[in-house]
Amino acid sequence: MNLYDMPDERGHFGPYGGIFVAETLVEALEELRLTYDKYRRDPEFLAEFAYDLKHFVGRPSPIYHAKRWSDKLGGAQIYLKREDLNHTGAHKVNNTVGQALLAKRMGKPRVIAETGAGQHGVATATIAARLGLECVVYMGSEDVQRQAPNVYRMKLLGATVVPVESGSKTLKDALNEAMRDWVTNISNTFYIIGTVAGPHPYPMMVRDFQAVIGVEAKIQMQEMIGRQPDAVLACVGGGSNAMGIFYPYINESNVRLIGVEAAGLGLETGKHAAPLTANSAVGVLHGNRTYLMQDEDGQIIETHSISAGLDYPGVGPEHAWLKDSKRAEYVAITDDEAMAAFHSLCRTEGIIPALESSHALAYAEKIAKTMSPDQVVLVNLSGRGDKDINTVAKLSNINLNI
Amino acid sequence: MSRITTVFNTLRSGGKKALIPYITAGDPNPALTVPIMHKLVESGADIIELGVPFSDPMADGPVIQRASERALKYKVGLRKVLEMVREFRERDNHTPIVLMGYANPIEAMGQEKFAESAKLAGVDGLLTVDYPPEECKDFVSILKSHEIDPIFLLSPTTEDSRLDTITKEASGFVYYVSLKGVTGAANLDINEVSERVNNIRSITNLPIGVGFGVRDPETAKLVANIADAVVVGSRIVQAIEQSQEENILQTVGALMLELRAAINSL
Repeated sequence: MNLYDMPDERGHFGPYGGIFVAETLVEALEELRLTYDKYRRDPEFLAEFAYDLKHFVGRPSPIYHAKRWSDKLGGAQIYLKREDLNHTGAHKVNNTVGQALLAKRMGKPRVIAETGAGQHGVATATIAARLGLECVVYMGSEDVQRQAPNVYRMKLLGATVVPVESGSKTLKDALNEAMRDWVTNISNTFYIIGTVAGPHPYPMMVRDFQAVIGVEAKIQMQEMIGRQPDAVLACVGGGSNAMGIFYPYINESNVRLIGVEAAGLGLETGKHAAPLTANSAVGVLHGNRTYLMQDEDGQIIETHSISAGLDYPGVGPEHAWLKDSKRAEYVAITDDEAMAAFHSLCRTEGIIPALESSHALAYAEKIAKTMSPDQVVLVNLSGRGDKDINTVAKLSNINLNI
Repeated sequence: MSRITTVFNTLRSGGKKALIPYITAGDPNPALTVPIMHKLVESGADIIELGVPFSDPMADGPVIQRASERALKYKVGLRKVLEMVREFRERDNHTPIVLMGYANPIEAMGQEKFAESAKLAGVDGLLTVDYPPEECKDFVSILKSHEIDPIFLLSPTTEDSRLDTITKEASGFVYYVSLKGVTGAANLDINEVSERVNNIRSITNLPIGVGFGVRDPETAKLVANIADAVVVGSRIVQAIEQSQEENILQTVGALMLELRAAINSL
């Protein structure tokens, strides 16, 4: 297999990606592209990034052999990459640390972010507090309701949380609003995008900052089992945790890469957030070309997932490319299946996973059963589930006031 | 020669400036769009910019976002907008129409099919906010082969080298965004606009329209003094939003007459 060298100069992954923005954003993106180009190989920048990941985030995150769960399923051995143990409780912080260091170098005193589940917002507010940057987080008003503890966390960290009332009042609308803020305050503001979507260089840059997950995993798997896993699984909303763990494995052609989207109430109901698995039409949104959930007029349609972090109608352009090139497989897990896996992991391993990550766990359960006990599945446990306990309790009809 | 170029040539030879109002198709309801368009022409519009409603209007401020949402309640999409243009053309065969919108509805229809249908309906120009020239080279050729003018935005932050690239791809006119921000944001700084417009003029002979932030007749007059066309969007959409349905034509007409008079008073 040829060495993978994506994207091109303007951020294209085959026909996907690119820079589809209004002219008012072009120069800001060019400035960012040049800045990132300068620092991505700069030893001093990389050293500072590595230092922060180690001492502030707590990396490397361990890999854990979920032995009891594997035994119970009676198939492949399941290993978990414990991104849930990072500072702030998810993989999101890897990227915000990287982008905030860039913001600092570019002399921007203000950072903005969009957030769905609130994990990226919390991770941005965290690093902004540490670096003394002003922080504004846009969050769909629906998500503000669903993820109240994270809203409070951001406020504690000194961020301003702006509920977005337009459109479907979820992640995509938060992204629209953050873009509007950016275009208005372009001279003093750095936009920290939380996923591998948006215009170039974001999909590449976020992937690079998240690639630490896969880089560590390759070393750790070698140490633990003397080889690489047979399959690597991760949930995919925008797709940053998946790109982070997939990217260092792309050239390892005997490792299956499986991205798990949210099938919501079931693909056949149309109420899901799985543009890749459902083979949605290709279109342009949020600065890049990718698979998009849309109606026949090209209007973006409302998505559904139990997990706010996967509730996004598009997907990072590199995933679109990995799907078409067949290097990665994409599947979808329903709300119910994710919930079942959530409970299994809690009861069997003493780990409360995020509902997002529970989608990857549910698919791991499915394929592990079809594999032999000497095979290995590595799941990116992208976040912890503390933020989801209210959602789970509500769905299980449990009254938390008793 | 395209309708747009004809209009600018005529105005230029008469020493006049163009007034380009923007409305969102389908706002406040689909039945009113064509009557509003005729009213705009009657009260002084030289070219009409017709917004194609989109679910995620990232470059628009709250006023035009709400207009899009009102239109989307009636499921007004690109196909419906083209029907409206066709209906408008039944009574008006000279006023140029520029569609303004986002890339995805065009991608959904297919670029070639869009160009064909748009030409057939009577569309003269297209401004796609999130199709910068680098990402739509083929599409620009398709548009030109169907005699539709590709209109591009230029912003306060556009570097000279890009001005050159963009103006080479563009035809009809170019649209200078007079402030950093979304549509309908703060008032523009006329001195800055003047400097930038002069700079653009040194690079291209295309007529220059200025918009984003023209809120009142006074500003329209100042802008008309330096540009070839004044684009007024959010102010008109706001007038539509704030009027009772039965008064919309009258309100829009009165606002247009004020703008027209201010521009003509130069």
